[in-house]
Amino acid sequence: MKILVAVKRVIDYNVQIRVKEDGSGVHTDNVKMSTNPPDDNAVEESVKLKESGKVKEVVAISIGEDKAQETIRKALAVGADKGIHVKADNYIEPLGIAKILKKIVEKEKPDMVFLGKQAIDDDCNQTGQMLAAMLNWPQATFTSKVNLNDKSVEIVREIDEGLETIEVNLPAVVSCDLRLNEPRFASLPNIMKAKKKPMEQINAKDLGVDLTNRIQQIKVEEPPKRKAGIKVANVAELVSKLKNEAKVL
Amino acid sequence: MAREAMEYDVVIVGAGPAGLTTAIKLKQLDPNLSVCILEKGSEVGAHILSGNVFETKALDELIPNWRNENAPIKTKVSKEKFLFLSKKSSLSWPTWLLPAVQKNHKNYIISLANLCRWLAEQAEKLGVEIFPGFPASEVLYKDDGSVKGVATLDMGLDKEGKKKDTYQEGMELHAKVTVFSEGCRGHLGKQLIEKFNLDEGKNPQQYGIGLKEIWEVSEQQHQEGLVMHTAGWPLDSKTYGGSFIYHAENRQIYLGYVIGLDYQNPYLSPFDEFQRFKTHPTIRKMFEGGKRISFGARALIEGGIQSLPKMYMPGALLIGCDAGTLNMPKIKGSHTAMKSGIVAAEAIVENIKNKADLSIYEKKFKDSWAYKELHAARNVKPSFSWGLILGIIFTGIDQILFRGKLPFTLKHKHADHEALKPAKEMPKIEYPKPDGKLTFDKTSSVYLTGTNHTENQPVHLKLKDPELPIKYTLQKYDEPAQRYCPVGVYEVQKEKFVINSQNCIHCKTCDIKEPSQNITWVCPEGGGGPKYGNM
Repeated sequence: MKILVAVKRVIDYNVQIRVKEDGSGVHTDNVKMSTNPPDDNAVEESVKLKESGKVKEVVAISIGEDKAQETIRKALAVGADKGIHVKADNYIEPLGIAKILKKIVEKEKPDMVFLGKQAIDDDCNQTGQMLAAMLNWPQATFTSKVNLNDKSVEIVREIDEGLETIEVNLPAVVSCDLRLNEPRFASLPNIMKAKKKPMEQINAKDLGVDLTNRIQQIKVEEPPKRKAGIKVANVAELVSKLKNEAKVL
Repeated sequence: MAREAMEYDVVIVGAGPAGLTTAIKLKQLDPNLSVCILEKGSEVGAHILSGNVFETKALDELIPNWRNENAPIKTKVSKEKFLFLSKKSSLSWPTWLLPAVQKNHKNYIISLANLCRWLAEQAEKLGVEIFPGFPASEVLYKDDGSVKGVATLDMGLDKEGKKKDTYQEGMELHAKVTVFSEGCRGHLGKQLIEKFNLDEGKNPQQYGIGLKEIWEVSEQQHQEGLVMHTAGWPLDSKTYGGSFIYHAENRQIYLGYVIGLDYQNPYLSPFDEFQRFKTHPTIRKMFEGGKRISFGARALIEGGIQSLPKMYMPGALLIGCDAGTLNMPKIKGSHTAMKSGIVAAEAIVENIKNKADLSIYEKKFKDSWAYKELHAARNVKPSFSWGLILGIIFTGIDQILFRGKLPFTLKHKHADHEALKPAKEMPKIEYPKPDGKLTFDKTSSVYLTGTNHTENQPVHLKLKDPELPIKYTLQKYDEPAQRYCPVGVYEVQKEKFVINSQNCIHCKTCDIKEPSQNITWVCPEGGGGPKYGNM
């Protein structure tokens, strides 16, 4: 069995985001970048399945500028076998990303595609679903547990009402939740070995898919600052404020 | 079972200006040498903080064509100012009356973090292996007592030191020569200085704490290339310190404050002095309406050659500010750190090829321009122990008339942790409340540093005696850790000493200033700590 796992390079989750003054986006120069956190879970789960013997090969893919290769190398350092870097210098919407992934799936013929449930930069949560639709494969989203059988996979997903267990036939698209596992650290020798693992490079333009963005981003701005809280002396004052100022009672 | 080990010709601890320079120079001298650098930050530059007005002398020697290699050194110093502040007014000191060491017209305003990122690219092009996120946590020794290399920290331990599912054992890196370039108060450097008595016969080391913010201001408030320093208010004349205000590119101002850690009053809070400084009428108008976009702090070396330890030992070298090569009156250490790196590389190559003794490193360093500079600068810092006015008068005579050639050397008499006076002898200091626009609290400041440490890991700020803070330090000094720590790691809550180690920005001030030397800073799990951008 073979897994294709998609990883995205995003601004590190600890970094305080700075919006550009002209509202055209956010600053990324000299900002620490990392793998999108739920993508790390997707890689970890793929590698675990490989270690269990059920999966033969794990291929990590990232789409983006040259530095996306660092993100692929990180996946290789924790156990992926091969990398694919699809070079694209401009922003591509989830639809475009799904189209590219579909092309790669047709070529690599994986039994499953693993990816994070959403990316922490645009929070779209669309790529996995779109890919499944275009491939006409079953999809399992927000996965917090994976149990792989021969021809199907049993998935536990977190939903509003609690936990839902579903079984989907293979091949399938699986989007991963942060609760799925705790990603391992890359060890020094494995980082060294990762430098020697194969990484295929493809230009997004050469894939013959329409990557025109459909959505126009008009403006990016910071959320309004939260006002400082106040202390109330007693319940009466609280009720009065809730009634008269907040007008929620 | 023995830990896994890797062999290198040279292992370098710390990817700052000194360590990266050593690596580049080594590869230039002999491309066949295997060289690796361990870095505790999550990426190169993440733990780098500096003013920085950069003198290119050492870089000119290392990479002469840096101008054509897109080095992030763009903003030439175009104008200089020096102000003495009193509470309400300011007096501009004519620049022609400044000692030559404080003239900056050939220098550049840079982000040292960005320079390090660029140096790391140059090093990697030459085949240097750089491992960010891997702190060296332990020095390894051979049977004969010489340094064998270092070991990286075990990852995936919980608070009690038990192995989590993600546990990964640290690994050993063995080298013919190990180079320590951890910066000021490196935690391994500190152990080596003690073990090999490297500071024997030297004055106690002197430190300062530097705090820095980056501001984005309006075009009218910005004058790219302007370098400004101030002395005086809000510090009293016994406390050594001052500010820097550098107008960098993109309408940014690098604003900072340095305070000597030999201050006496346990109620002093360097962070709050810095915030208060900004409320001076002259300073306030420079930043009004602007936006603070970064914050950070780091200890720095101020001891000069009187406190410079022996820089070599069997199997290893101390370079840059892990030894202490900063030039205090010049307020610069990057160029001398880099020069020590160049010289170290030359010595290492001779050691590996011709079995030359590592002591040639110190000889070479003493023959270099960097040491001459430090020698001329040696009397400035100690003279300020007489107070600001006498310090300035003496420095004028020493630096302008005699150009640092006076035939005597003043001494540093005390270590910084011995300088604090008991709380009851010193006045309390009331700091104004932050307004959230010009001045800020510690919480919102640490937020800007991007600092994080994986939860549930062993506390990396070790107390030798866990009872001491409450039993002794609180009584005698009103527990100054609450104030000298710039990000509020230490709190006293209901007679309990709390360490919020996840907020630690690795500045090392506690390790230096704790009056009983009760706090030891050790490395947290790799990748933890601040994530500075262009500091």
